[in-house]
This record gives sequence, structure tokens and C-alpha cells, in this order.
Amino acid sequence: MAGARFDVLLPLLFYFVAVYILGFYSMKYVSQASRREGKGFLTEYLVGDRKMGGFVLAMTLVATYLSAGSFIGGPGTAYSMGLSWVFLAMAQMPTGYFTLAVLGKKFAIVARKINAVTVTDFLKERYENKTLVLLVSVSVVFFFIAAMTAQFVGAARLLQGAVNVPYQVALTMFALTVIIYTIVGGFRAVVLTDTLQGVVMSISTLVLIIAAIAAGGGVKNIVDSLSALDPGLISPYGPDPTFTSMAWVTSFWILVGFAVVGLPQVATRAMGYKDCRSLNRAIIYGTAVSNFLLLAMHLLGAFGRVLVADISTGDLVVPAVVTKLFPNWLAGVVLAGPLAAVMSTVDSQLLVAVGAIINDIYANLFDLSGKKTARITFISSVAIGVITFAAAFNPPELMVWLNLYANAGLISTFLWPVILGLYWKRANTAGAFASIITGIGSYIFFNTYLPRPLGMHTIVVPLLISLAAFVIVAYLTPKPPARVIKKFWGI
Amino acid sequence: MKEKTTAEDVDFVEDPRYRQCNKEALMGLGLGLLNLLWWFAWGYGAGSQSVQNYSYILGFPLWFFMSCIVGAVLFTVLAAVMVKKYFQDMPLGPLDEKKQEGGR
Repeated sequence: MAGARFDVLLPLLFYFVAVYILGFYSMKYVSQASRREGKGFLTEYLVGDRKMGGFVLAMTLVATYLSAGSFIGGPGTAYSMGLSWVFLAMAQMPTGYFTLAVLGKKFAIVARKINAVTVTDFLKERYENKTLVLLVSVSVVFFFIAAMTAQFVGAARLLQGAVNVPYQVALTMFALTVIIYTIVGGFRAVVLTDTLQGVVMSISTLVLIIAAIAAGGGVKNIVDSLSALDPGLISPYGPDPTFTSMAWVTSFWILVGFAVVGLPQVATRAMGYKDCRSLNRAIIYGTAVSNFLLLAMHLLGAFGRVLVADISTGDLVVPAVVTKLFPNWLAGVVLAGPLAAVMSTVDSQLLVAVGAIINDIYANLFDLSGKKTARITFISSVAIGVITFAAAFNPPELMVWLNLYANAGLISTFLWPVILGLYWKRANTAGAFASIITGIGSYIFFNTYLPRPLGMHTIVVPLLISLAAFVIVAYLTPKPPARVIKKFWGI
Repeated sequence: MKEKTTAEDVDFVEDPRYRQCNKEALMGLGLGLLNLLWWFAWGYGAGSQSVQNYSYILGFPLWFFMSCIVGAVLFTVLAAVMVKKYFQDMPLGPLDEKKQEGGR
């Protein structure tokens, strides 16, 4: 620990304390709810009793969605790819309004009708099949552990670089904080800390981008220097046009723009808001905030090329710019932003994984009545937390890709069963199975043998194949039972 | 989306709120596609020429300024307009058989 920068660390510690306070504040609600029987507890623990207001919904959606990828990996790649990568990142422009408008009120109405607290709950009622529920839940746990591990690695690297403590110390400090506040406070703690984190991210991003532009002598100066370095850095095709090709970059609209609807940690938020006003306000705030953050952070990465010339890996561009531009104590404040991005993603993923274990796997195999629910929930939360923490000790490289891989798997699993189940009466169990199996199967196939089918990102073709499989199989097999249709579409 | 009336044999009254819900979902989808079109047309329309011939606004290359910066602002505004003008309030909880408000 010799040489640790305590002046950077101190503001971060204050921030951690604030997060703990929110966690323990929410614990009050959780412990009250722990006296409820069976599902009553989970309604508080997993969807916060469906009480989220507009601002909180917007912030938690943005904060959940924007992860280490957007704050560390994304700017890191923009460092080497220039404006082309900022351009690619802006494929996420619709995320703020798209998810909430498409799942929208219908998902919220249906969730209340069937008393769903996880997305898998929705699938369970809609398709009435235990194997499907188990398949989906197990893949949730699997993919989320991978995704959370990548996030922990990113955060620990950031802390390591900025505060100059060993990787293991940084990881322990960070992971314990997230795991503890999430476990004690549940969904309420997650969305409240997300809101705090959203605000912190926004302020820190604003300060950073202004300081970076000023330090580089204005936008024109920076763009000129980039262009002089390599004209590709200011072209949409990037320095390596075969890598950032038109088809590939555009296909990110499918992966990070539209298909995000299929991410369970995002869809859960569409079940937890209070009323239409919350939804409407969330769409506006969410779009504004996410667009600002995406643009500014990636631009910072691209501009960082001019500001800091000698860094070993792109992932370090944000901490490098921060420590170059700011006095140490202020650097701590600004760095809270990216850390917040990671925290707010991991906490939701942890909660969804816990929901999968307790509500979707355990409740399906055993009886979930009585007052044991709270205890079993805590035990499984701790178990997942510990596994993820342990996996992060041996960090893999290139977290953007790891993260995208997990997202792609989750999207292949959830997208069509959720969307078609919600909007298409003919959608049935066999179709859902067909779509999940062909989706994940063809994704693994393409990823291994043909990573860019038709020049596009790997996810696109598997998504189309799994849509086709869903529709064809659904038409070849009997309609869903009338009772299901009535439950979902009736009054 | 794929709202086919394949369940005629089921005798029930459909939740009256869903018509508006479906409309709002389609609007979200439409706005998303428009967003993609704007981004693509400006990005590749103005960005595909050789870098020496680029024009600039406020220091940014024109393609980038229009597709990413103006695009972000424009579609935030459009999302706000969509929500304020076309989205309707409705109760989200279960409806009584009798009173059917919301809908449209």
C-alpha cells in the first residue's frame, strides 16, 4: 500500500459511505417486508413495491445500462479508433426512449396483472413451462456472473490506476461495497444508489469534457491534431476501415440500440415504475442524460489521444486524462463517475441474478411460502457475490468484448420470448423454445466460425434466425391455451 | 407489431388500454428507425468523402456534428414531443369489469 494516493482516495471513500447509507436506509423497507409471506417479500426486494418515480426510473435505467463499457472500455477504444468509435457508440441514442416506449405501459400493466417480479416470471406465466423457466434462469445466472466479473475487473483496474493500490485491494474494496449495499437494501437500494450515481456520472462527465476541450486548446485544435496524426481518426470509417466498416458499425444499432429491450436488467425496470407520469418523465430525462453521457465520454476518449500520448492500453485513457488535468483531490471526485457507472450496473445484475435463483429456480423446485424467503434470498445473494468476486481476481483482457458477449447471450435468450409474448397472441411455448435454442446456438456458431456474417456484428443474424424459428414453430404447433390469452389480454 | 386476431375463438373482452399501448410501442419503434436513418444519412452521407474535403462546424467535422451531436439533441426533443403529445395517461393496475377508462 506504500505510495497509495490518499488524496485521490479520500473523496472516493466519502462517496462509498454515501452509497452505504442509501443501502442501509433501504434495509428498513426490506426488513419490514421480510415479515411478508412468500412473494410479498420479493415484490419489495426485486421491484421496490413498484413505486419508482420518473427521475429515479430514468436515472436507474441510464445507470444500469451505461456500464464500464461506456465509461472505460468505450472511451478506451475511441482512443485508438477516434471519432468513428464515438459514432458507433451513438448507436445507443434510442436506448433511453426505445425500451420504455416499446415495453412501455403494456409490460407494466401485464406485470401487475400476473404479479410478476422478474422478467422470467413473465415468461413463466406466458408460456407455462418449467423447463423453459429453468433454462432461462440458469442462463441469466451464468451470463450475469460473466458480465459482473468483467465489470468488477474494470472498476478495480480504474481504482488501481488512480489510487495506486494493488489490484486485489482495489477489487476487494469495490466489490464488497456493491455486494453489501445490494444485498441489504434490494431493489430500493439499487435504484436509489443508481440515482445518486447517475447524478455523479453526469456532473463528473460534464467537468471532464469541458476540462479536456480546454486543455486541448478547443475542439478545432484537437480535431486538427487528430487529423494530422491519422486522417482516419476523424472519419466514420476509422483508422482501419476494414475493422470499423459501414455494415459492422451500423449493425450496432441492433445490438446496443434496439435489442437492449431484451436485457432482463433493463426490462425489470419497466415493471417497477409507479404510474404513466413516471414513465413519460423517465423517457425524456433518460434520453437526454444517456445521450449526453455517451457522447461526452466517448468524445473524451477520442480527444484523449491528443491529450495523453503514452498509455499502455486504451482502457486507461479516462484515468490518465483525469490525473493529468486535475489536482489529486478533484481527480477522486471526477473518478467517482466511472466507478458509479460500474456499481450501478453490477448492483442491478446482481439483483436480477438473485431474482433468478430465488424466484425462478428455487420457487419452481421447492415451496416458496412462509417466512423463509428472506433468508434464502440473502444466502443466494451472498453466494453469487462471492463467486463473482473470486472470478474477478484473475482478470481477463478486453472487457468490452466480454461484456458484449454476455449481453449478446442474454439478448438471444430474452428478446423474442418477451416481445412476441407481449404483443403476439399466437406466440406459444414451442416457439419460445425454438427461438432461445436457435438464438444461443447460432450465436455460438457464428461467434466461433464466422464472427461477422454479412459484414455485421455477430448478433444480427442469430437474432433474425431465432425470430424466424419462433414464428415458424409457433405456426406449426397449437395455439397457446385460451386461459393464458385471457389472463394476458383480458381485463 | 404482429397483432393478428388469431384468438377469435377465445371469448373475452380485450383490455381497452392495449390499443393505446400498441400505438405507443409502434411510435417508439418508428422514432428509433428515424433516428437510425438520421444518424446513417449524415454519418455516411457527409463522412464518406475524403478527409481533406471535410467541412467543419464548431471545430467538428460536419458529418459528426450532424449525426451525433445534432442527432442526440434532436431525438431527445422528438422523444419529448412524442411523450407529451401522443402518450396518454392510464391506470396501470387491474381494471374493474365495469369502469374502463384509459384505452383511448
